[in-house]
Amino acid sequence: MLIGALRARLERLGGTVTSAIWRLGFASRFLFYLMVHSGTALHRFRLTVTQIYFAGVLSLVIILVSGLFVGMVLALQGYETLQRFGASESLGVLVALSLVRELGPVVAGLLFASRAGSAITAEIGLMKATEQISAMEMMAVDPIARVVAPRFWGGVISMPLLAALFSASGIFGGYLVGVQLIGVDAGAFWSQMQAAVDWNHDIMNGVIKSVVFGVAVTWIAVFEGYDAPPTAEGVSRATTRTVVTSSLAILALDFVLTALMFTGGNGK
Amino acid sequence: MPQSPSPIVEIRNVSFGYDAARPVLRDISLDIPRGSVVGIMGQSGCGKTTTLRVIMGALRPTAGTATVLGHDTVGLDTAGLYAMRRKMGMLFQFGALFTDLSVFENVAFPLREHLQLPEELVQDLVMMKLHSVGLRGAAHLMPTELSGGMARRVALARSIALDPQLMLYDEPFTGLDPISFGVIVRLIRELNDSLGATSVIVTHDVQEALDVVDYAYFMADGKVIAKGTPDEIRASSEPFVNQFVNGKLEGPVPFHYPAPQYDADLELAS
Amino acid sequence: MNRSTIDLWVGVFVAAGLGGLLFLALKVGNLASFSTADSYTVNAKFANIGGLKERGPVKSAGVVVGRVAGIRFDGESYEAIVTMNLEAKYQFPRDTTAKILTSGILGEQYVGLEAGGDGMMLKNGDRLRLTQSAVVLENLISQFLFSKAAEGKPQEK
Repeated sequence: MLIGALRARLERLGGTVTSAIWRLGFASRFLFYLMVHSGTALHRFRLTVTQIYFAGVLSLVIILVSGLFVGMVLALQGYETLQRFGASESLGVLVALSLVRELGPVVAGLLFASRAGSAITAEIGLMKATEQISAMEMMAVDPIARVVAPRFWGGVISMPLLAALFSASGIFGGYLVGVQLIGVDAGAFWSQMQAAVDWNHDIMNGVIKSVVFGVAVTWIAVFEGYDAPPTAEGVSRATTRTVVTSSLAILALDFVLTALMFTGGNGK
Repeated sequence: MPQSPSPIVEIRNVSFGYDAARPVLRDISLDIPRGSVVGIMGQSGCGKTTTLRVIMGALRPTAGTATVLGHDTVGLDTAGLYAMRRKMGMLFQFGALFTDLSVFENVAFPLREHLQLPEELVQDLVMMKLHSVGLRGAAHLMPTELSGGMARRVALARSIALDPQLMLYDEPFTGLDPISFGVIVRLIRELNDSLGATSVIVTHDVQEALDVVDYAYFMADGKVIAKGTPDEIRASSEPFVNQFVNGKLEGPVPFHYPAPQYDADLELAS
Repeated sequence: MNRSTIDLWVGVFVAAGLGGLLFLALKVGNLASFSTADSYTVNAKFANIGGLKERGPVKSAGVVVGRVAGIRFDGESYEAIVTMNLEAKYQFPRDTTAKILTSGILGEQYVGLEAGGDGMMLKNGDRLRLTQSAVVLENLISQFLFSKAAEGKPQEK
């Protein structure tokens, strides 16, 4: 009986793994098809511009405000620690490097997933549930080219810009708390930051991260929406799955990218 | 009824099933003659929507052939399928209007996607289509501002934007008030005759549909069990058809879902 | 939502995003303050560079005057050759000393330049002859222990 129970467990595990791999393969084919049929989204760029509005402009407020607060908290916490070593002048470096390398892309990506990613999934899922996708197919219009691809590219274009704004807003928040409130010397704050933050090594790597996160989140969002069962319950589940999966994807990808960027390159 | 030599839709011995054990369609054959309004009727789950999906090329039959507008849908690739669908229009059950576009842009959608027309011409065409369903004045509204009946009329205008040769209606009468219902019934007939199109109505509102159609197929359990003109259907002695047309409580379709003995469930048995 | 309104907002958004990136590049990063166009290269040999890294600062009198461009190992002399890019506006005499120093006790290591008295200035590609290697903590400790041991030996006898 024990063997039977063990066998059932193993079967369930195997089933989960198989279906996960199958789903990944399906999602990859979907991405490939989407790439091939992106002609409409780029040729009629207005479609994509509209989606940049929904993915980017509508996420702007939450990104700027969150960035400001994250920067302010970083400055407060960082100052507490740095002053113990008499290194409070390095506050600018701490704030800037944390934001540009890690927090900017990652936190902006997480916010983007819950603000824009879930909206994309819900919208595509509802279009499917209300037969809008079928109607489009019946009008001989490819819904992946017309509906999915513009949303994908709109998200991919928006995400790096949002991450840059998050970092900039965070550094401004750090400046407000560090320099204006606590009284760290403004010259030291900026000059130490400039001396320590490298364009290629820090800022470009942060930008690359945000591009990768943008692709991952939007890919997951459009796929979950397109794959959602066409019912209210199916759409709401797919929306939740988008947020969960893309948050995990961001954190896992961040680890991989950080390992690739900041260990191999810096060691020489 | 004008009978041309080759029907618009010709379905021969089609079977279909998502898995082999439970076939949804069993060896059905039907002809839709050019210029007619044909109804496919039956209970929910009898296979009529599946038949519609075979006609629109969304499903490939597992056996038999389906010839639609001269295309053999079985061997059609995506490009061929889209070429065929450009000659077809479809009204979905609840209209399926694009919620992010205005009424005007919804009707303009197929024109913009398929034809490179100057903006003035698009304007004229859209207004003509909206006028034919009586909603020219609603052009600037968003779909969420429309009633169910109006949304369906807008969807109808959208589906005839490219002057289709074949119109498909999926449950066009569901959930309509009597006035909207009358409007839709009249529009289906008028548009069919003015466009010179052929129409297929899939519905379970049998009595209402029998007033509109020229010819009807009656389906049950994946098979065509009766066919004929509305009068022939009404006079049919087939018990199933009889029960359905007259809305009787008891007949081949029982009122009670299969259940154990009533007194056993109530624990009255000694 | 009106088309032109959407266009306007997307335009504002993209401009702001690029502005943010520009802010990061110029104000936060060192893209503007340092470009290779107005710099010259000198190199120096060190017996030990400690924890010096590429892109580390080169300072004179505490002011950043350049960056470490490259570090490589010289197979003949078994020493490290450090290449530095110095800003063209800072000129140094040829007998300038290069030292590997540490900012604070545990801080980052950098190259410190101490100007000599020579009338000739360094040119692109020149080598600094006078160098002082990094202080390696382990060596200091072992030196200290050895000297203590040497002091203790006579008493033991």
